[in-house]
Amino acid sequence: MMNQVKRRKELRGAAWLWALGWGLGRSVAEQRFPPPDFESGYQLPLTQTPAPRSLLLQYVDVGILAVALALACYLVYRRRSRTGVLALSLFSLVYFGFYREGCICAIGAPQNVALALFDSTYALPLTAAAFFLLPLAVALFAGRTFCAAVCPQGALQDLVLLRPVKVPAWLEQGLSVIPFIFLGAGLALAATGSAFVICRYDPFVPLFRLSGSFMLLLAGGLFLLLGMFVGRPYCRFLCPYGALLRLASIVSKWRVRITPDYCTRCQLCETSCPFGAIRTPVALPANPLALAPERKRLGWLVLLLPALVAAGALLGSRLTPVAAKLHPTVALAESYLDPHRAPTPPGVQTPESLALGRAEQNPTELIASALDVRRRLGTAMVWFGGWVGLVIGVKLIRLSIRSGRTDFEPDRAACFACARCYLHCPNERVRLGLMPASELPAIQPLPAPTLPQTGSHTT
Amino acid sequence: MNPPPQKTSPLSRRQFFRAGARVAGMTGMGLLCGILAPRASARTTVWQIDPAKCLRCGRCATECVLTQSAVKCFHTHAFCGYCQLCTGYFVPEPNGLNTAAENQLCPTAAIRRTYIEDPYYEYAIDETLCIGCAKCVEGCNRFGNGSLYLQVSQDHCLNCNECAIGRVCPGDAFRRIPIDHPYLLKTTSH
Repeated sequence: MMNQVKRRKELRGAAWLWALGWGLGRSVAEQRFPPPDFESGYQLPLTQTPAPRSLLLQYVDVGILAVALALACYLVYRRRSRTGVLALSLFSLVYFGFYREGCICAIGAPQNVALALFDSTYALPLTAAAFFLLPLAVALFAGRTFCAAVCPQGALQDLVLLRPVKVPAWLEQGLSVIPFIFLGAGLALAATGSAFVICRYDPFVPLFRLSGSFMLLLAGGLFLLLGMFVGRPYCRFLCPYGALLRLASIVSKWRVRITPDYCTRCQLCETSCPFGAIRTPVALPANPLALAPERKRLGWLVLLLPALVAAGALLGSRLTPVAAKLHPTVALAESYLDPHRAPTPPGVQTPESLALGRAEQNPTELIASALDVRRRLGTAMVWFGGWVGLVIGVKLIRLSIRSGRTDFEPDRAACFACARCYLHCPNERVRLGLMPASELPAIQPLPAPTLPQTGSHTT
Repeated sequence: MNPPPQKTSPLSRRQFFRAGARVAGMTGMGLLCGILAPRASARTTVWQIDPAKCLRCGRCATECVLTQSAVKCFHTHAFCGYCQLCTGYFVPEPNGLNTAAENQLCPTAAIRRTYIEDPYYEYAIDETLCIGCAKCVEGCNRFGNGSLYLQVSQDHCLNCNECAIGRVCPGDAFRRIPIDHPYLLKTTSH
């Protein structure tokens, strides 16, 4: 018996030497060494397979989301309580942020839906569908209450707000097209299965996880630093889901009304909004003929819109090769076909050389699938480019339409429903019994509109 | 005391358009639900590594969004040769066949080597220490039975939409598999 063991030992040593000498070949020889027959009654341990997070818990997430949304609407519209909204947003930050580590979140969910629409093999997680649809449906009726108190990213930025400065209107309006463009890019890349850029470049999720790439952690820190002086910079100027909620809340049934009764135009609420969402009252010109130059400009902008869409679509199709590099298959095929590719020295194995080795095994299949990706992405990029043109064109048109209002009121799209402005309204303070009705300021006259220079002589 | 201002028409044109847009929005979302319903499933999928495709490049240790990668080394003991000189455990030309750190291939000493009976040794992975660098996997696959291989440990994995490792995996070894069977383990035929 001992002899047998010894012999096997020698054999094993020989095999080991052989392997050292010849083992550079890549083929895996399974069972080079047969499993031993143990004499000591040794039991083979089983491979440990830790279970994933229980599926039941995803229903808990969706349930909490629904309850939090309902509660947020109640706090914003019925209770009109900033304290309540703040408390709920703290809970959301802890639960959806630090406990669930920012995943699943509504911001990235549109990508999952887009991929599910275009890739029939992709199983859309129930949570992703719910996180996409629920806040959007609520926004159609009650505005952006999701942003106010349920979104952990928003809650985090809201908490660090220290001394908000007013962003100049031109900058605010200019930057507010970025979320729509980001949304378009995210959807185009997700629908083609190329990349999930919205998730990849979320600056706050690494903070929630307390781990991540250095650049993203740095970006998160910078956003928080910026957020101390500019209210919710990510929400206002980047968030792609916020762009969808903006659209939905434009037509919402309920909205934040600063005054519970009537507006005295006292201007006290105007500075209370750290997000620059409160619009000042202004009368429409009594004589519409005074606006002839503005109407003319609007006419030109409407005509410009199709041109912008077409130019965007053209630009999008031109940028397809660049965007396609985001897809790993295309990137590999391109580096395989690159005529200036430096040959890898033999024996050196980098991930790149290993990938090229895979490409060399079946180049035709790789190139075919890369071409297929690029074709699909080409279509998506045309749509994306057109979308960018549309966004810019509509923004220009929107900026050249006057809208009159009699009260100080939040912009439907820009208002996060954070409930900060309520307590600044004298009428609200009267309602709450914080001050006597006799101290209410007198109603100020409605400011006259500023008329274009050329039209002023006609009136 | 100020008089409240007069309210104007009960349903303005704007309100009418808004109501119309809301109905359109809800209809659109309903349609979306209808399209997505067959695709949506509660049985979601998870990321996993196909051991047959893994090229042991070492990126699993560095590319995961988690600081300590969710990819761990798994060991199918039924495949293991229980070698005294394990090429997944020892550096090439070790000073001695013992557990001294200088002899170990694993940068985090995540492999426990225990004596079973002459000349066999058991090798077990300490998952809390393993960083998924695939150094042992490379040694075991190149010179041994290939009983060590990488798998995504599902209790660590955050199941990102887009696996950060899978995106740069040179072997294209990452794929989504049903959550009911979340591992692609090597099994013996007998």
